[in-house]
Amino acid sequence: MQLALFIIFAALAIAGALNLLLQKHPINSALSLVVVMLSLAVLYWSLGAEFLAAAQVIVYSGAIMVLFVFVIMLLNAGEEEHTTGSRAAYFAGIPGSLAVFCLLSFVFLRESKALGNVHMSNAPAGAMSNIAQISEVLFTKLLLPFEVTSILILVAILGAVVLARKEEHE
Amino acid sequence: MHLTDFQIFLLLSLLKVAVVLVITLTAVAYTVLLERKVIGRMQNRWGPSRVGPFGLLQPLADGIKLFLKEDLTPMLVDRPLFLAAPVIALTCALVSVAVVPFGAVTIYKGVDLFEVANVNVGLLVILGITSIGVYGIALSGWSSNNKFALLGSLRATSQMISYELALGLSLVGVVLRAGSLNLRTIVDSQSAHGMISWNIFGGFQFVAFFIYLMSAYAETNRSPFDLPEAESELVAGYHTEYSSMKFAMFFMAEYANMITVSCVATLMFFGGASSPFGHLTDFGGPIAMGLQSIFWFLFKIVAFLFLYIWVRSTLPRFRYDQLMGFGWKFLMPVAIVNIIVTSLAMALHAKV
Repeated sequence: MQLALFIIFAALAIAGALNLLLQKHPINSALSLVVVMLSLAVLYWSLGAEFLAAAQVIVYSGAIMVLFVFVIMLLNAGEEEHTTGSRAAYFAGIPGSLAVFCLLSFVFLRESKALGNVHMSNAPAGAMSNIAQISEVLFTKLLLPFEVTSILILVAILGAVVLARKEEHE
Repeated sequence: MHLTDFQIFLLLSLLKVAVVLVITLTAVAYTVLLERKVIGRMQNRWGPSRVGPFGLLQPLADGIKLFLKEDLTPMLVDRPLFLAAPVIALTCALVSVAVVPFGAVTIYKGVDLFEVANVNVGLLVILGITSIGVYGIALSGWSSNNKFALLGSLRATSQMISYELALGLSLVGVVLRAGSLNLRTIVDSQSAHGMISWNIFGGFQFVAFFIYLMSAYAETNRSPFDLPEAESELVAGYHTEYSSMKFAMFFMAEYANMITVSCVATLMFFGGASSPFGHLTDFGGPIAMGLQSIFWFLFKIVAFLFLYIWVRSTLPRFRYDQLMGFGWKFLMPVAIVNIIVTSLAMALHAKV
């Protein structure tokens, strides 16, 4: 069951990612990215990380990508032109991405025994959810990075407000 | 024939899905009729009264009419997205009912009969699916290649992403009190003493409830926040170019969203399927108890739907800047204050 879900949604995620690159119109690319994110959410869910899956859907597909689509709609962006790609992409990009892929698969295959195994059926309905575990780690061990991130976001919001106000004065 | 546990689970789940889907679609059809009837009476006229007794077969006639109408697709639309948009809208509207517990826990052969899926993060699932539903509206306006549709969908999208914040924040107080995101647990935390333990009364979440109510009206694009389909300015808003069944799908999605929002309000603030009189009215066997809980749930939902319609026929529409100012400058700060006060009160209570 879990394997079937994994195969279906992993294939969907890869198809969405390829479609993102191949589509000419930005709105189609943005929607392919939504498909990728939703498939990732299903994968998280099948690993038992319910909260992460829900957060992925709400934050990424529900808020950030809606904003992307909104901006594309507002600017009425047209179709992109496809170029043959720069030479740097061919000489550095493709071997580079292949190297990263090989490295990651090497590490994961080597450490696969140490990484452990989680099954969807391990978390019966009504059992303790993993929200408590996540929040405990977040508010004890990772408190400093957590707070720093929130300040970073606050700075970003203030920056957006300042940029938006500037236009008003002119 | 002997069935394994998994087969029983699968069969019962499919049955639950089918029953809930049929009931929701019927409820959608009759909510439309209820709205037309109630608004009619509030405007001192009869409303639909010709088809069937008291106009009760009007939804059927409307359905046949919409189904048989010519399905026009304008030129120069972005066809795939134009077709996908109503499907996304309706699917998202219907899927979120899956995690709503609409009756007391009634276990039959290891399966909970009155809830399609008991999910630990049920509340987040509903919020997530609602936030995906925005795409249906955003894409419909964009792909129609019509400026009124585009303006309507831009309004709808910005309104929905703005009010989603206030909506989510208003529910945090309830989640804090229940200590869980599981909708069953949230309902259980309010069912001890009937009406007094409901979050809106005993839980002192009435501020949160009013924030929720107002953001929910905005989320579902209903009056007084129905700017996305303001007839006087935008023809019909994002579904201007849609006809026949595609229009019907948007229409059904809107009403299904109303029902979902009423379900969440009932679950979060009004004790879900629990009786307002607590355990005073407990009588009969498990079947009677189950039916009683379903009755109370449906009663609360219908009350909320009636409130929706009442508000629609009473209040005029907001202006767009007022709408945004109201959401960001009033509802959101009040929701945050509500969270702080609730958590402070809970911390003090835990200490004493």
